[in-house]
Amino acid sequence: MIQEILAFEFMRNAFLAALLSSVACGIIGTYVVVKKIGFISGGIAHTAFGGIGLGYYLGINPLFGVIPFSLAAALAIGLLSKKAKVAEDSAIGTFWAVGMAVGVICIGLKPGYAPDLFSYLFGNILTVPTFDLWMIMLLDTLIIAMVWLLSKEFLAISFDEEYAAVSGLNTMALYLLMLCLIALTVVVMMRVVGIVMVIALLTIPAAIARMFSRSLPGMMIQSVVLSALFSICGLWISYMLDIASGATIILVAGFSFMSAHALRHFITFLRGL
Amino acid sequence: MNALVIECDSLSVSLGGVNVLDELTFSVYKGDFLGIVGPNGGGKTTLLRVMLGLERPSGGKVTVFGRDPGSSPGRIGYVPQRIFFDRDFPISVIDLVLMGRLSKKKLFQHYNSADREKADSAIRTAGLEPLRERRIGALSGGELQRALIARALAGEPELLLLDEPTASVDPQMKTTIYDLLDQLKEKLTIILVSHDTGTISRHVNRIACLNSKLDMLEGSSPGRKKLEELYRYPVDVIVQGEPISQTHEPR
Repeated sequence: MIQEILAFEFMRNAFLAALLSSVACGIIGTYVVVKKIGFISGGIAHTAFGGIGLGYYLGINPLFGVIPFSLAAALAIGLLSKKAKVAEDSAIGTFWAVGMAVGVICIGLKPGYAPDLFSYLFGNILTVPTFDLWMIMLLDTLIIAMVWLLSKEFLAISFDEEYAAVSGLNTMALYLLMLCLIALTVVVMMRVVGIVMVIALLTIPAAIARMFSRSLPGMMIQSVVLSALFSICGLWISYMLDIASGATIILVAGFSFMSAHALRHFITFLRGL
Repeated sequence: MNALVIECDSLSVSLGGVNVLDELTFSVYKGDFLGIVGPNGGGKTTLLRVMLGLERPSGGKVTVFGRDPGSSPGRIGYVPQRIFFDRDFPISVIDLVLMGRLSKKKLFQHYNSADREKADSAIRTAGLEPLRERRIGALSGGELQRALIARALAGEPELLLLDEPTASVDPQMKTTIYDLLDQLKEKLTIILVSHDTGTISRHVNRIACLNSKLDMLEGSSPGRKKLEELYRYPVDVIVQGEPISQTHEPR
């Protein structure tokens, strides 16, 4: 059965993409959850659509449009939410919609039909080219290296930003760097679940892992494992039922999230008896 | 004369157009244990934030260790009043205390065994050895407060700033926190902000009242008259070993 599936190159690539993207997703998702910046991350993800449109309009690989665009979005949203006298959620909401609007206009300006647009919005893990796999691997390496180097700083700004500032850290720069890593993770995840649903896969594995962890590195490892599990289960189910892979992965993750919470309440209830 | 640690010269801070601190002039010397009391909203926390470099003065001058606030992070330990942390945050007591070493480390440097030893010694001082591996979400208010003090101590500070260390702590725990501070005041300069006027006067050696203006008092007890001026309503001063004052008509 498994051999039969893996005999197709596109399936091998799909599984590889699922596994590789889980690494970035689990590590960065942990920060998104403990620092409670899910909405900001969602904003960055949706703004990134402008980069896809731009890349498509310029006739380059959309990856090269989306990487600079999402990094710029991360910096702009980060600065605006902290420095400007604008309510944080209005700032994020504005970017969210403006980014998507830029994407829609760019795609409209380019004559002809944009066939793989849907795959960026909703993910299509079955069409991941080998080049994208290398790109995901490169971004994974970069994310792991940054998080390893800055583990104590990222822990400090996630847990107690004021104390980090008092200790002499440049918390603003670190926060912007963290948002940039989130932007890169969004790029990594884009092929798997698409930018519309990326926020679910970024937060759900980490949110479940938090229930069972007593340290950030532990939570990251659990999130990576859960994320890989959801992606592979979703991929397999979507193959069996011939349904959209990105959406199936999200449904598997969402169902697991609810089950984990129900289980926790059930255990608390049993203990109370 | 002991060395000067903090010097404020007509320091003013206004936040959103309100003068939170108004022309404060005072000095803190090495070895002082200064208690600052005053009503809520009197600017106590703002004063600490200015000393830490988190808030900019709108007028006057303040120096900490002879430099601008915020430029000597390695010499100051800070115990915040209440951190709005998430009780589900996956961090153990030892990892929290290790964070106190942050000001001594460079960017990219990981904590090493020397840092762990310092953190462990701070945990012992705070009497938290049995809770070393406990997740902070499972600590009581008093235990968390002592963990925050341990975090500040792990950085081996010369100056310790505490913001309401006994708020939301049960009375028994309060005593152990003050015992800990009594032990620390031998080695450190301490500034403690509190509205717990009765208790702190037994521990500090200088006291000041702050209600946007600062009133540095002689001795360590504010006395009832001073407190009534400060709070603008009648207060009862309870001094240990003396009967409770009966000055007000029952209403």
